[in-house]
Amino acid sequence: MSLGTKLKIGITRFLGTNCDEDVRKWLQSLSADTTYLWFEDQFDVNHYDMIVLPGGFSHGDYLRCGAMAAQTPVMKSVKEFAKKDKPILGICNGFQILCEAGLLPGALLRNKELRFKDQWVQLQVNNNQNPFAKKTEVGQTLKLPIAHGDGNYYADSETLKKLKDNNQIWLTYKDNNPNGALMDIAGITNEKHNICALMPHPERALYEWMGSCDGAFLL
Amino acid sequence: MKVGIKIMPRDVILDTQGRAVESSMKSNGFELLSCRVGKYVEVTVASENKAEAQSQVEKMLKEGGLYNPLIEKFEIQIN
Repeated sequence: MSLGTKLKIGITRFLGTNCDEDVRKWLQSLSADTTYLWFEDQFDVNHYDMIVLPGGFSHGDYLRCGAMAAQTPVMKSVKEFAKKDKPILGICNGFQILCEAGLLPGALLRNKELRFKDQWVQLQVNNNQNPFAKKTEVGQTLKLPIAHGDGNYYADSETLKKLKDNNQIWLTYKDNNPNGALMDIAGITNEKHNICALMPHPERALYEWMGSCDGAFLL
Repeated sequence: MKVGIKIMPRDVILDTQGRAVESSMKSNGFELLSCRVGKYVEVTVASENKAEAQSQVEKMLKEGGLYNPLIEKFEIQIN
């Protein structure tokens, strides 16, 4: 499989990012041209077609998850990139960073049961109008793994209503909500649907031997 | 000058950490009505002027991401 003409994808790297290699291998398996983007540097937004913020524990998860990463030079460029309506994908800690940077609404709080959750989840696709959902159908179930301590999505009721009305709720936990996220939210998009993020790890579910290949539906 | 910042989860936020501490206290026989857990940040700035120090720290809170207004509230404490 390939992403067509060699897509240039930037992968952000903060202190404590740890899913960067997995994400790069995933994208390279699709013949993408990948570049790591160091957090201390800004980048040329015209050079890239897509940005991915992989998971990890950026800046030690100190202060709040994603809080310090959101204030770094690389995120200034990501914000500029976002304004061009180009696709951005945040995974796990990447989701937290996008929220802290104000690129996505809401925040991710400590899991309701306090424990770090590392398990498989069933997700429901609620909307496929975004660049990472084109291969999926509304109502489809995806099996992906989660691994997070802070995945409890929170937003005020007005924001939640807006998310629902604008079809910004991308993925929800099916049957079993592992972290207490409001409205069972596992993944959302911005209003324009170009900035997308999810708590589960698609890069950890690409082949049968991994336990599921549903991550491959995202790209 | 040393500036203290008390950061607490907003009242509408379900504070899981506070709940866990509360339940631990109760199971050990302590009597309490509620418990919420926040954090305390101490910043030292060069200025010795209270108003100036306060405004410097407020800027860190509001523009530097030191707190998240969606989920937290803060209180600046200068002695």
